[in-house]
Amino acid sequence: MLSRTADHLYWMSRYTERAENTARMLEVNWQMSLLPQSDGAALAAWRAMLEISELTPDFDQKYANATPANVLAYMVQDTDNPSSIMSCLRAARENARAVRGSMTTDLWETVNTTWLDAQRQVGQGLLKIAPTDFFEWVKLRSNQSRGVHIGTMMRDEASHFISLGIFVERADNVARLLDVKFLAAAEHMEQDLEHVEDFYYWAAILRSLSAFENYRMMFRDAITPMRVADLLILSPRNPRSLVACMEQIVELLTKVRNASSGRTEHEARSMLATLKELEIDEVFGQGLHEHLLEFLAGINQLTLDISQHFLVPIAPQAETD
Amino acid sequence: MAADGLSYTHGQARTHYQVLQQWLSEQSMETLRARHEEAELIFRRVGITFAVYGDDDGTERTIPFDIVPRVFPNDQWRHLKAGLIQRVQALNLFLQDVYHDQKILKAGIVPADQVLRNTSYRKAMQGVHVPLNIYAHIAGIDLVRATHGPDEGQFFVLEDNLRVPSGVSYMLENRKMMMRLFPDLFSTHAIAPVDHYPDLLLSALQQVAPPTDRYTNVVVLTPGMYNSAYFEHAFLAQQMGVELVEGQDLYVDTDDVVYLRTTQGPRRVDVIYRRVDDDFLDPDVFKEDSVLGPAGLMRAYQAGNVSICNAVGTGVADDKSIYPYVPDMIRFYLSEEPLLSNVPTYMCRRPDELSYVLANLKDLVVKEVHGAGGYGMLIGPTASKAEIEAFRLQLTANPAHYIAQPTLSLSTCPTFVGSGVAPRHIDLRPFVLSGKDIRMVPGGLTRVALKEGSLVVNSSQGGGTKDTWVLQTSGEQ
Repeated sequence: MLSRTADHLYWMSRYTERAENTARMLEVNWQMSLLPQSDGAALAAWRAMLEISELTPDFDQKYANATPANVLAYMVQDTDNPSSIMSCLRAARENARAVRGSMTTDLWETVNTTWLDAQRQVGQGLLKIAPTDFFEWVKLRSNQSRGVHIGTMMRDEASHFISLGIFVERADNVARLLDVKFLAAAEHMEQDLEHVEDFYYWAAILRSLSAFENYRMMFRDAITPMRVADLLILSPRNPRSLVACMEQIVELLTKVRNASSGRTEHEARSMLATLKELEIDEVFGQGLHEHLLEFLAGINQLTLDISQHFLVPIAPQAETD
Repeated sequence: MAADGLSYTHGQARTHYQVLQQWLSEQSMETLRARHEEAELIFRRVGITFAVYGDDDGTERTIPFDIVPRVFPNDQWRHLKAGLIQRVQALNLFLQDVYHDQKILKAGIVPADQVLRNTSYRKAMQGVHVPLNIYAHIAGIDLVRATHGPDEGQFFVLEDNLRVPSGVSYMLENRKMMMRLFPDLFSTHAIAPVDHYPDLLLSALQQVAPPTDRYTNVVVLTPGMYNSAYFEHAFLAQQMGVELVEGQDLYVDTDDVVYLRTTQGPRRVDVIYRRVDDDFLDPDVFKEDSVLGPAGLMRAYQAGNVSICNAVGTGVADDKSIYPYVPDMIRFYLSEEPLLSNVPTYMCRRPDELSYVLANLKDLVVKEVHGAGGYGMLIGPTASKAEIEAFRLQLTANPAHYIAQPTLSLSTCPTFVGSGVAPRHIDLRPFVLSGKDIRMVPGGLTRVALKEGSLVVNSSQGGGTKDTWVLQTSGEQ
C-alpha cells in the first residue's frame, strides 16, 4: 500500500491512543486531588502531568500556576498544545479523513463522531461540571475505535499499521508515565502499610493503566512499588505492560516486513529479548530510571525507523531526557 | 403546453419526449419535491461535495442535482458523436504538429506567434514523442444548442477542455441517483448505459503506457483533499481500481523512472492520470515551489519512461484564442468539413473586430482568453450600463486578452425549481477518450443554469446538473 496511506492510518491510531492515555492520567490525578494531601504533593502531581509530556516550559509561558484548573485546561482543550486531548482527537480525525477510503465506513464514522462529540462536550463545559465523565468518555471512544478496527477491518497491511500505531504510542506513554511517577515517588518507596497515602499513590498509577484488578489477580498481596513496576514493565499477561507492547510490535513488524526493514525488526526483537530476560530486582538494582530512559530511546529510534522504512520519514527530534 | 415551459422543446413536444413528458405530467408536486430532497440528502451522506474557492467558511457543498433528465434521441447523438470524434482527432493532430513539424503554422493557417508565444505552449514538449501521438486522452467538449433563428436545433461547440476536464463523476453519480429515485423510468425507456466509463478510461490510459511486459501501473495524481474536485479524483481512482496519489507519494530516481513510495518499497509507475495543472507538475521545470508533482517528472517523461495523461502542453489547443481556428484545423489535417460548428467568434486582437465588439458590447458575450469557470466574462444583454463601461476599459487596455461571441438563444430543458417545473438553460459536456481509437459513453454532463433567465451553468456560479439520456432507439419513431 501507499506509504502515505499507511502513515495516516498509523498516526490516526497513535493520536487516538495518546488521547486515551492522557485522559487516563488526568482522571487519576483528578481523583487523587479529591483525597486529603499536602499542597506540595498536589502541586507535584499536577506538575508531573506536564513533565510526562515534556510540556513544562510551554505551560509555564502561558500559565502562572499549575493549578488543577490550569493543567486541565491546558491538557484537555488547549489547541495550541499539540498533546492536548482535543488536539489529539482532531489530529486522529484529520488523518482518518485523508485516507477514509482505506478504512471501513464504521471506523471512519467512529473517529469522525468522536471528534464531533468531543467538540460539543467541551463546548457545553462538561469539563468543568464533570471532568471524570469526560475522561471516561475519551477512554470509551478509544476502546470503541479499537473494537471497530478489530471487528471490521480486513486483516491486511492497513490494519497492521493501525495496530502498530497503538502499541508504539502505548509503549512510549506507559514508559514516560512510569518514569515520572517513580522519580517523584522517592518518599513513597517505603514498603510500610502504615503509610496509607503510599497505598493511594501506587493504586492510582495502577488504576490509570486499568491494572488495579490485574494486580490483585496476579499478586494477591499488598501493593508495593516493585511489584507495580513488575506488572507494568515485565508482565506479558498485562496488556498495557511494556513487554506486552513490544511483543505486539515485533509481531506486527514481522507481518509488514519489507526489503529494508530487517534492521528495524532486529532492533525491536532485541528490545523485547532484553525485557524478557530482566528480573524486576535487577531493574531496581541497576536503576529503574536508567532502564526506562534506555527503553524510551529505543522506542524513539524505532519510531524513526518505522517512518523511514515504511511510512513518510519524519525529521529526527533532538534527544531529550 | 409550450407556453408553460413544461415541454421539452420550444413549440411542440417531439415524439421521443412524449413518454417522458407524460410521465412528468403524471407526477404530483409532492412526489417531485420529495424525490428532489431525497437526492440532496443522499449526495450529502455519500460525501459527493465540492469546495468553493474564495468561500471563507470553507464549507463543502453539493452541486444541485435536478431530477428531470435531459433526453437525446439516438440519431441526434450519433451526429454529435461523429462531430466530437472528428474534432478531438484534429485537436490531437494539431498538438502533435505544433510540438514537432509545425506544418499548420508554416502553412499560415494558424498564426505562429499565437501558438508559440502562448503561455500554455510548453517548449519542454518540443520534439518529445508521446505514445500513439495522443496528447488529449481525455477531452471534455462543451456544447450548446440554439433554439431560435437560422441555426435552430444546431449544436455549437462552446469550448474544448483538454487540460484536466472535470465533471465526469457527476455524470456517473447522476445516473446512479436517477436509477435509484425513478427505477420505473428505466424499465419503460431504453436508455443507453454510461457506467462503463471508468473501464474505457482505464483502457485508454493503459494503451498509452510505455512498452512493458510487466503489469501496467496506472495512478491518479491529485493535488489533495482540499482540491475542489477531490471527490472526483478519489472516485475515479476507486472505480478504476488504481492508486490515488499525491506528489509526495512519487519520486524520480537517477534512472529517470518514476516510483511510488509504498510500504513494500518503491514501485514503478507507468501512466499518470494527472489532475494537476502543467504548472505544478515538476518543480525542476515549472513552478519551483510546487509540491504537487515530483521533481524530475519531465525528465522521466521526456525519456519515455512514463506517460502523462493528458500530455503536458495541451492547453495551447483549448485556449480561447486558438478556438476560432479549430474548424480550419479539421479541414487542414483531415480534409473534411467540420460536422460541429464553432460559435462565431470575434478576436479582439484584430483591430476591425475589436471596434465591432466595442460598438456592440450590449449584445455580446466577452470572455477572457485564458479565463475559465465563468469568471472574468461579460454577458452584454444582462449586464448593467456601469458593468459594460467598466469592462470596456479593461478590454481597450488589453484587447488581445479577449474574444467576443454573440449571445446564443440557448436551449432550455424542464427543470424542477422551488415553485414547480420550469424551463432553464442548459449546456452539455460529453467526454471523449482517445487511445488506440476514440471512444465515448453515450451521454455526458448536462449543466443547468438554475437562476431564471441565467446563461451561466458553472457550478461555482450557481449552476446545477442533470442526468443525460441517450435513447437506444432512433428519435422520430
